[in-house]
Amino acid sequence: MKSIYPILKRELRSYFASPLAYIILVVFQVISARFFFLYLQGFLQFQFDPSYQLQIGELNINNLVILPYFGTISIVLLLIVPLITMRLIADEKRNYTAELLFTSPLRIRTIVFGKYIAALVLLIIMLLLSSINIFVLMVHGNPDFGAVISGYIGLFLLGASFLSVGIFASSLTENQLIAAVISFGVLLLLWLVGALSDAESTILGYLSVINHYEDFGKGIIKVKDIVYYLSLIFLGLFLTYTSLESERWR
Amino acid sequence: MVYVHKLTKRYGSLVAVENLSFQLEKGEVLGFLGPNGAGKTTTMRIITGYMPPTKGTVHIEGLDIIDYPLQAKKLIGYLPENPPLYNDMSVSEYLNFVADVKQVSAKEKRSSIFNVMEQCGLTDVRKRIIGHLSKGYRQRVGIAQALVNNPSVLILDEPTIGLDPKQIIEIRELIKNLSGERTVILSTHILPEVTMICSKVVIINQGKIVLEESLQSISQEIEDTQNLFLRVSRPEDGAEEKIMSIRDVRGVRKGAAGEYVIEPRPGKEIREELSLLVVESGWGILELRPLANTLEEIFLRVISSEGN
Repeated sequence: MKSIYPILKRELRSYFASPLAYIILVVFQVISARFFFLYLQGFLQFQFDPSYQLQIGELNINNLVILPYFGTISIVLLLIVPLITMRLIADEKRNYTAELLFTSPLRIRTIVFGKYIAALVLLIIMLLLSSINIFVLMVHGNPDFGAVISGYIGLFLLGASFLSVGIFASSLTENQLIAAVISFGVLLLLWLVGALSDAESTILGYLSVINHYEDFGKGIIKVKDIVYYLSLIFLGLFLTYTSLESERWR
Repeated sequence: MVYVHKLTKRYGSLVAVENLSFQLEKGEVLGFLGPNGAGKTTTMRIITGYMPPTKGTVHIEGLDIIDYPLQAKKLIGYLPENPPLYNDMSVSEYLNFVADVKQVSAKEKRSSIFNVMEQCGLTDVRKRIIGHLSKGYRQRVGIAQALVNNPSVLILDEPTIGLDPKQIIEIRELIKNLSGERTVILSTHILPEVTMICSKVVIINQGKIVLEESLQSISQEIEDTQNLFLRVSRPEDGAEEKIMSIRDVRGVRKGAAGEYVIEPRPGKEIREELSLLVVESGWGILELRPLANTLEEIFLRVISSEGN
């Protein structure tokens, strides 16, 4: 466990020593805040609509602002995660530093974990930044706090799954761009595969990465959804490990 | 100690290395030679545990690199063909990272980094970003990286490539000083380098060993088969026959006007008699010197004879 630390430290350093992490954080924050503002504006205008009074139970601040805001964040994550993970392993191969890592007394899984955790740290920072908007809402309104927490747990699991797919894509090539395109393609496929059904009715619906998110947004945490995300994370990391291991045997 | 036994590596149907065996004792410096694509880098990558062999074993200080990779790798310092550098780090940050990754104990880390920076002449550039360094300095950082864990086995893949002549001499000195306690394997294209640094030579071609000898016996062979170069100002027809008549001359070749290459019998000295002949015949001697029969010629000979 201790040997993960130097890898993790170097990855974080490399994110924040280059403009990459800052650009990602700014782009993420600007886009999500813009959408947050639109949803909030819509909610405020809707309160003056006479029909609002009839559905006041349904159309609360959670359903009209926070839920779509989380939806936006999940889409932005889909777009941004490939940019976070693309260099993780591809860059080591291109710089020949893979030879340093694989001839040092480290297990391959240590290297993969260290890099994955660094990407998770970036994800957590993004999610924390996005929560500023929610806190503003709490000062002036009265949203359901439990649903916010479960929504964030869901977003974290979703983002963590995306990252594990991304790190696998990065292990397949030494070209960052190719890694980004592969992970974006796979993530989009995983997203759209169950677009026409829900998580229970069909297999494709079950496989879809976004179907498992819906309940988290509503404040419902189900074991099967957590299991789905943890399996996806494990699968991504395992494939990364296998791809690095098999490369040396070829 | 490095023990390599019957190493074979195949990439699909391509055989990169076949049945390679050699053994190095502590303190020996092995010059690992061969033409491009002979399998040098592949062999080194297998010895360092970067890739497993198809067949065969490698022991580092008695530890099998396949069975005890983590323990064996701790004993190795490796400079790959392309130095494995992170261009966004400064030299000292990078060496710190390598020391951490190679699990140098916190107690020894500082002094060990300080020492390798001194040895490799990096102290002045320790705060510079590696991406901004010149090729020569990058190569030195690569060597420093290999030394930071104070390895007992040092494996260097073409350490002087891309350096200017002054740096080459410095790096050679460094490697010479580093040997002693360590076992060193060094691959190179520059053959005089081997004569200067190494105590043993292995030449491989098409994945197989074609020559394995101590440098001492090679130097002996070089000395024994040394040709002479003669230049005179008034060459005479039939001079070759006259030279041939000297005892212990095996052959004479005529070069440009007044130039001759004379091959004595192995281990025989003919210079005295030859100069006497030239003076007595009144040819007017301009030059008489031994022709360097170098490792290069031996290298070319074993490589081409293997090819036929």
